[in-house]
Amino acid sequence: MDIPYVVEEREDTGLINSKLGIWIFLASEVMLFGGLFSAYIFLRMAALPGDFERWASELSVPMATVNTVVLISSSVSMVMAWASLKMKDFSKYKMYLGITIFCSFVFLTIKYFEYSGKFAHDIYPSSNTFMAIYFTLTGLHVLHIIGGVVVMLYFYLPISHKMWDKQPEQFTNRIEVFGLYWHFVDLVWIFLFPVLYLL
Amino acid sequence: MYSNSNNHDHHEETFIQKYIFSVDHKVIGIQYGITSLLFLLFGFSLMAIMRWQLAYPGTEIPIVGFIFGEGGVLASEQYNSLGAMHGTIMIFLGIVPLAVGAFGNYLVPLQIGAIDMAFPKLNAASYWTYFVGGVIMISSFFMPEGAARSGWTSYPPLSVFENGQTIWLISMIFLITSSLLGSMNIIVTIVQLRVPGLTWMRLPLFTWAQFVTSFLLVLAFPPLEAAAVLQLMDRVAGTSFFLPSGLVMSGEIVDVAGGGSPLLWQHLFWFLAHPEVYVLILPALGIVGEILANNTRKPIWGFKSIVYSMVFLGFCSFIVWAHHMFLTGMGQAMSAFFQTTTMIISIPSVVILTSYFLSLWGGSIRFNTPMLFALAFLPMFGIGGLTGLPLGLAASDIYLHDTYYVIGHFHYVVAPGTIFALFAGIYYWFPKITGKRMSETLGKLHFWPSLIFMNGIFMPMFIQGLAGVSRRLADGGVSYAHASGVLQWNEFMSISAFCLGLSQIPFIVNIFMSLFTGEKSDRNPWKSTTIEWAAPSPPLAHVNFDSEITVHRTAYEYSVPGAKEDFIPQTES
Amino acid sequence: MSDNHDTASMQDHIRVYLMVFGALGVLTVVTVLASYLNLSTSEGIFLALIIASVKASLVLGYFMHLITERKMIIWILLMTVFFFFIMIFLPLISNIDHAGDPAQWWKVL
Repeated sequence: MDIPYVVEEREDTGLINSKLGIWIFLASEVMLFGGLFSAYIFLRMAALPGDFERWASELSVPMATVNTVVLISSSVSMVMAWASLKMKDFSKYKMYLGITIFCSFVFLTIKYFEYSGKFAHDIYPSSNTFMAIYFTLTGLHVLHIIGGVVVMLYFYLPISHKMWDKQPEQFTNRIEVFGLYWHFVDLVWIFLFPVLYLL
Repeated sequence: MYSNSNNHDHHEETFIQKYIFSVDHKVIGIQYGITSLLFLLFGFSLMAIMRWQLAYPGTEIPIVGFIFGEGGVLASEQYNSLGAMHGTIMIFLGIVPLAVGAFGNYLVPLQIGAIDMAFPKLNAASYWTYFVGGVIMISSFFMPEGAARSGWTSYPPLSVFENGQTIWLISMIFLITSSLLGSMNIIVTIVQLRVPGLTWMRLPLFTWAQFVTSFLLVLAFPPLEAAAVLQLMDRVAGTSFFLPSGLVMSGEIVDVAGGGSPLLWQHLFWFLAHPEVYVLILPALGIVGEILANNTRKPIWGFKSIVYSMVFLGFCSFIVWAHHMFLTGMGQAMSAFFQTTTMIISIPSVVILTSYFLSLWGGSIRFNTPMLFALAFLPMFGIGGLTGLPLGLAASDIYLHDTYYVIGHFHYVVAPGTIFALFAGIYYWFPKITGKRMSETLGKLHFWPSLIFMNGIFMPMFIQGLAGVSRRLADGGVSYAHASGVLQWNEFMSISAFCLGLSQIPFIVNIFMSLFTGEKSDRNPWKSTTIEWAAPSPPLAHVNFDSEITVHRTAYEYSVPGAKEDFIPQTES
Repeated sequence: MSDNHDTASMQDHIRVYLMVFGALGVLTVVTVLASYLNLSTSEGIFLALIIASVKASLVLGYFMHLITERKMIIWILLMTVFFFFIMIFLPLISNIDHAGDPAQWWKVL
């Protein structure tokens, strides 16, 4: 006896279990990051006029812009990876997944330079409330990227490919469901970038 | 069609696979149940120690007094620790894991005819995350800093500088994660795994309650997780999320960047903690519905209104939270807004309670132990709810906020409220889970004293609160002149508390005795209509049912005119 | 979606993905350029959030397939977004609205 609707959709809801599951998880993530955005607003209001802009000027807009483009590209390559599986092209899937993983490492590397640059100038989360919320928001986002990379590495390595051979539909669904998580991580950055770096 | 021999795909399981890291929702439900009941007992003991201090200040605490220095008397910090940990443990390690983790996990798949939850491995992960979080929370007692002592509400700036909070915060992160994983599982299970014929309006009230509760957990917990991370950073990374500029401690300016906001914590905390109290009550309302229908041999009056009320209640619970913050200096507009939403949210609660009362009318009532607890729930929850009204109105809240009145109010809802409903549920579903009957005599010996002593503890709290006795006072109000007229109640309440503890002994004995020597139970000892009773007692490992399940009826078809018996199971065509 | 998409219809989807990619790139440039305009703080916030929302809608609609997604998912998301705004705005307004004239609270937004 197996749990139903893992691969085939349930007729009245039109969904498979994992897709509903991931969207509910993403809903909770919206509230998680939302709590931090709420904190940002509060802290900005609590600060003296001009403080936040002054503190935010320490950030590098060029580095973040590159990161934005990198992350958007990784989103595209992720959806292309899924599309390749739908078209039964496993080697294309690997290529696109590889690009996604590569983009993630580029993002993380740039973030590493951003953070270490701050620390080198004695700028820490404890320096002021803007830096506190900046490090927390981007730090939590980085953790989500790292989590995603771990999962992607699993999907890239041969361990998971047995499922493609035996149950290709379920494997494709897994990639789609992971893709939803990955696009969400991109979404968070789409809001983080202007709020933290440009406002 | 389904038979035990289908277990060919489950090769012989090792002891560890079968009982420790099992992915079977029934095993996980029992794991949650045992763990949470032990935590409830522990949390109760903490309160008993506190209540000794309040009744007999300055005297040595019996049995465990040696743990506390200075002649076995509680120092104020220790009292505060017990208070903060009592609240935290009862709510996050006790009631929610029992109501949602144990009852939800065990019964939801059975009530919808499924073989397991949608994500069995995730289910196991959520239990073990809870377990780890619980261990971390308890370990804080043994840390050099001691356990948390800033209230279960953990308000900064105090909580940023006080001892014990770091472990508390780390533990909360584990507990919140566990809750999120578990509630996600419940939602997907209910949406996707209902058997054919089980439409939404045929779902039993218990499952509806779990469904709404899970949405509250999924959407309300994350902001608290975010806030907990922020407070953790204030403690360990020197940030000032919640620390305002110019903060002075012990006469010195605190060396932090400042610019933070203590109110930010309160908003993020109560954004969860208010829906949390509906998480505490909704499963109880669901359990009571099941037991009332079954023991009145009548359908529940106003089933649809109750369902809509539960959903509306869940929705409203997100927009009332600042009624916990009336005294923080919010202006009139926002106070009026939150007061209004708070008054509105009492409407669905009243609809549900009234429907339950009306369901009794004309019923053939069977006064077995689950029914006694379910019946007692009704007026107890009523008192709890009514005493909430002066708290929800900003004007009266000015006088009652942070007094014993509040403690009385919320304990009425959770203690003779939710806990009685959970007891009712344990007596009701014990035969299904274990295949044995519990003793009715011991059950009544448990029920009557518990009811009396619950009221003995909490009713006088309203008196003390109205006199102005503040909560969280280690000396119980002795140092305040305005409290002198009502302090004599302290001893009365404490003795009631100790007697309440003793009243649980028949319950504990009953459980163990029945497990080993209880009368064997058949599939449906209570002659109930819902699907879980179609499974064997206990249900089969991994597949639950031994026949195919389809649903043809609504949930409570009792006393249908012209039927053979006074109930028709949902699965009967 | 696990129904069988033949290669041709996937090619259509791919074309859409690439167009969205292009749009997102353009909007990113617009976002950065907009930050150099001399706008007041609230105008700046407003504009930045509008552009970010457009980008987000593209990702949600096309990469995450929300354009063709089932009602249940849409409802869950709408509810979440509603509570998100409650969580953002009510504390904000509460903070502003202290000891001030309640009738004027909207001025500080």
